[in-house]
Order: sequence, then C-alpha cells, then structure tokens
Amino acid sequence: MANEKELRQIYAELLLEMAEKDERIVVLEADLMKATGTTSFKERYPDRFIDVGVAEANMIGVSAGLAVAGKIPFAHSFTPFATRRVLDQIAISIAYAKLNAKIGGTDPGVTAELNGGTHMSVEDAGLIRGIPNMMIVEPADGVQLKSLLPQIAAVDSPVYMRLARKTKDQYFENGTDFELGKIYELKTGTDVTIICSGIMIKYCLEAAELLKKEGIQARILNMHTLKPVDSEQIIKAAKETGAIVTAENHSIINGWGSAVSEVLTEHYPVPLERIGIQDHFGEVGLTDFLLKKYKMTAEDIVVATKKAISRKG
Amino acid sequence: MNQTELKELEKKANDIRCLTIEMIGKLGVGHIGGSLSIIEALVSLYYKTMQVDPTNPKWGERDHFVLSKGHGGPALYAVLADKGFFPKEWTDTLNQPNTNLPSHCDRILTPGIDMTAGSLGQGLSAAVGIAIGKRIDHKQSRVYCIIGDGESQEGQIWEAAMLAPSKKLDNLTVLQDYNKMQIDGTTDDINTLEPLMDKWQAFGWHVISVNGHDMEQITDALEEAKQTKEKPTMIILNTIKGKGAYFAENKLSCHNMKVSTEEWKKAVNELKEAGV
Repeated sequence: MANEKELRQIYAELLLEMAEKDERIVVLEADLMKATGTTSFKERYPDRFIDVGVAEANMIGVSAGLAVAGKIPFAHSFTPFATRRVLDQIAISIAYAKLNAKIGGTDPGVTAELNGGTHMSVEDAGLIRGIPNMMIVEPADGVQLKSLLPQIAAVDSPVYMRLARKTKDQYFENGTDFELGKIYELKTGTDVTIICSGIMIKYCLEAAELLKKEGIQARILNMHTLKPVDSEQIIKAAKETGAIVTAENHSIINGWGSAVSEVLTEHYPVPLERIGIQDHFGEVGLTDFLLKKYKMTAEDIVVATKKAISRKG
Repeated sequence: MNQTELKELEKKANDIRCLTIEMIGKLGVGHIGGSLSIIEALVSLYYKTMQVDPTNPKWGERDHFVLSKGHGGPALYAVLADKGFFPKEWTDTLNQPNTNLPSHCDRILTPGIDMTAGSLGQGLSAAVGIAIGKRIDHKQSRVYCIIGDGESQEGQIWEAAMLAPSKKLDNLTVLQDYNKMQIDGTTDDINTLEPLMDKWQAFGWHVISVNGHDMEQITDALEEAKQTKEKPTMIILNTIKGKGAYFAENKLSCHNMKVSTEEWKKAVNELKEAGV
C-alpha cells in the first residue's frame, strides 16, 4: 500500500495536532527544518520553534534545558547527527539527567540514499541502546506513527525515534493501534518467525509471500520499539516457531538482531539469522541498489529464513 | 547595597568557604580549587540576587541556576545546605556511598540542583534552553549559569554563546570563573582563552569584568545584567583557584587534591580567625 503523503508530512501534521492540545510541546531543528518537514510548525508556533543552526550538540543541550523548564522538546536531525555526533550530550544532559526530551533521527540506514556514507548511520540505534533510560522507537509508516507518536509524547522518558522521512509506503491498515514497547504481529505463522522494523517490513512481507509458495508459513513480527525490548513476544515466537530471522535497516551489531539474540541466548536459544548492514559503512546509492548490494532484499530474507529453519535441531 | 549588607554577605562567604573546605577535608580529597574560586559568586547569587524557595525547590517562579562546571558541586552544596534546601548533616556525606551529594551536580539526587552537569561544556546549553522556556511562558524569572575557564575550551560553549545573543536572551546571565588554571597547567599555557572579553563581546554579549572575590563588584554586575535588555550578560569573574585555603590557593595542583585533616582544620581556623 502507498500513502499519498510522505512520512515527514504526516509527522509534522501530528506534531501540530499534539501541540494544539499540549502547549508544552516545542520543536527544535539544527538547520534541517525543511528536511524534517517541520516548516508548518514554525509557521503555526514561531515561539515554540527553535532553530539553533548547524550546532547539534547545543540543540541537545537546549532541549535538556527546555525539559527542565517543563517543556516537551522534539529535536531533529539526520540520524548520524542526532546520535553519534551528540552521544555524550544525549547520555549526560538528557538520559543521565532523566529529562523528558524526544530526539528524532531522519533518514536511517540506507534511506540516506544520495547523501551517502557520511550521512548513512548504520549504528545510530545501537549507540543509543547502550545508554540507560533511553527508549528507541522506529515508527515505520503513517498509521504506526499516528498511533505511537502521542504515546512517545506522553511517556515520561527520553525517546529516540528513527524516521524514514521520505517513505510513502504503508504497511498497516488505517486505524491500527500499537502499544509502545510491545511487538506487533503482522502475520501469523508457525514454521519460523521474521522480526523486522522500519522499511524492512516491506521486504519481509514480500519474503513471506515467496516462502508461502514453498509451503513455509512465516510469522512476521514488527519490533517497532527496540528498547525496552519485548522479551515476552520474542520468547513466545522462539518456542512456537523454533527459528528466528531478524531484518533491520541498521548494522547487525547492537541493533535489532543483537537485541533479539540477547533475549534468545538468555531465555530460549533457537537458530537465529540476521539480515542487516554487515559491519561496514554506507555509500551513495538509491535504496533498492543498496539493499541489493548489502543482501537485504526479500530474496536474501528468504535465503536466511531457510537457513534458520535448516538449523533447527 | 549598604555597608551592613555587604559585611553580612562577606561574612556569609567566609562561612560557606569554611564549610566547603570542611566537606572536602573530611572526605580527604576533592575539587577544592574550582569550588573555592566561585564562593563569592554563589553567595551573591543565592543571598542577594536570585529568587528561590528552599522549602519548595521546584517552585515554578524561581530563578534557575546551572553550575556548568559541575565539579564545583561542593561549594554549591554548602550554600544549599546553609539555605535549608536539605539537612546540614548531608554535608558530611559528600561522595560517600549512596550520597545525595555526588562530586558533580545531579538534578535527580539533590534538592535545589536545577541541572545535572559534569561532562564539561554542556550546562550552558541547558541554561540557554531554560531561558528560552521561560520566555515562551512569559516568566519574569531569570537563569544564571557559572562556566569554567578550562571548560570554555569545549566547542559546545561557543555554540551556546552564539545562540543566546541570536535569540536575544536577556533573561540569561552567565558568570565565567576565570581562575586561569586547568588540570594540566595555566589556561594561557595550554590553550589560551584570550582575548576573553573581546570574544564574548564579539559573540554579542554584554560583558562585565569584575574581581571575582569582591562581593560588591559581583553584586553590582548581577544587577547591571538584570537591567540589560535584548542581550545576555557575561560576567567575567577574575578569581584565584583555591582561594582562601592556604594549602590550595593559586596552586596548579589544587584542581582535585588530597587534603589532610591537619590542613583543612588549620585552613578553617585561619579563615575563622581572620573573619570579616
């Protein structure tokens, strides 16, 4: 399915809607207002919109101060500049200080496309995952964003959001409800479980169709919240399907694959295969090209899935 | 400010300096140099300038304070304890297990601490954020922030220094503890801040340079800052690191030093005898 709007437009509309009801909501940008899509917020609430210029560390610190003053700041940049560039600021000024700030990273992983390797974060969620007190959420489409964003605003915790700002893909039926921190079952299945997030949902659903033709019933779980991890659903899937594949638009180190692996290893070990960026930097290229080059397509997911199944005891 | 009031503030500074030395002395080690250099500034802020309520530390109309050089915590704890933000007995727990008074300021643990700091360069950005928040809410209260001189070698300080005048934050007053020493040597030897006044002026701040141990000069500068419109104020406090403790004063080793029982007791006695 496709939405007529890009995710960033839906995001900006939701922010406006929420800001109307909650005057604590403020928006921060570091010279990427047009990329994030928050121009409409600036026009509607100029006093509650702060563009700090190209100074991401300061943006995070200013967000912390706004939270001290009782605001709920939403601060944005491209994923690498919203995370690795400002990691200590997020760790100390936001997370250690237990301040209720929301940080939005746009263009995660391969979706940085023609901005290339400098702008292509393969490690953003992994870096944040190691910081106590942080939540990490990847709303994949407008439907999911609509359900999760009010929860992100409402939870008294700092949250890092990954947003594929340009996507128009829609994976979920209009009006679907999601719960922050809880895995969502996209498709039932008993032979194997594929756990995915963000843009990888699309390729996992395609993979499931290909597998079905071969008589393999794959369960598809959307792990929109990376942290805190929903251990219960992962263990259940391991017990009921006996093999798991993870698919993430992120390095397989420290991201979704790692989080699932940790749960399985500690609670219920089953074969696990990880689809994602294999410990290398990004590069210039459109999404389809990069996914093919990095072996993250539906066909690659099918291969990984069969391998996981073949490893069952 | 009349002479009686001035004398009272100076006596208060002497008391707070004694308590700070005692806290670190009882522990046997601590950031004594950068704590003692900001005593007069803290006393002027907390006993003359700022509106705070020790019985209601989160009072919505209070002035906020950020100690960006978070390692100066002991001096601030001495002030907060004296003001009654928490029991005075807590000062004996500095850096002890499960303490509410850690080496660097922590807004979760300590009543009266508005912002966590310790990773240098970050507190000024938070102070800017608080000032913007107050303006959004049309509050008359103000934000005060003390930054260090070594700390001002951090790039983030200058990111915040650019933004505050750009947003015309006249509700923000920053004080720079310019004791001219950092861990590895003098600031001039390591990575000089000079010309410091010119830098802040060039960034668009109203800049006042004072003797950082002269209560009257500091208090007058804080009042001048309140009257300054359309731009934030930077008060450069020309200070002496380790001021008042004979074993630490103006010594490069005083950033985080061991203090013996004999040393701290002798220093406190000297200060009490000298009185004011």
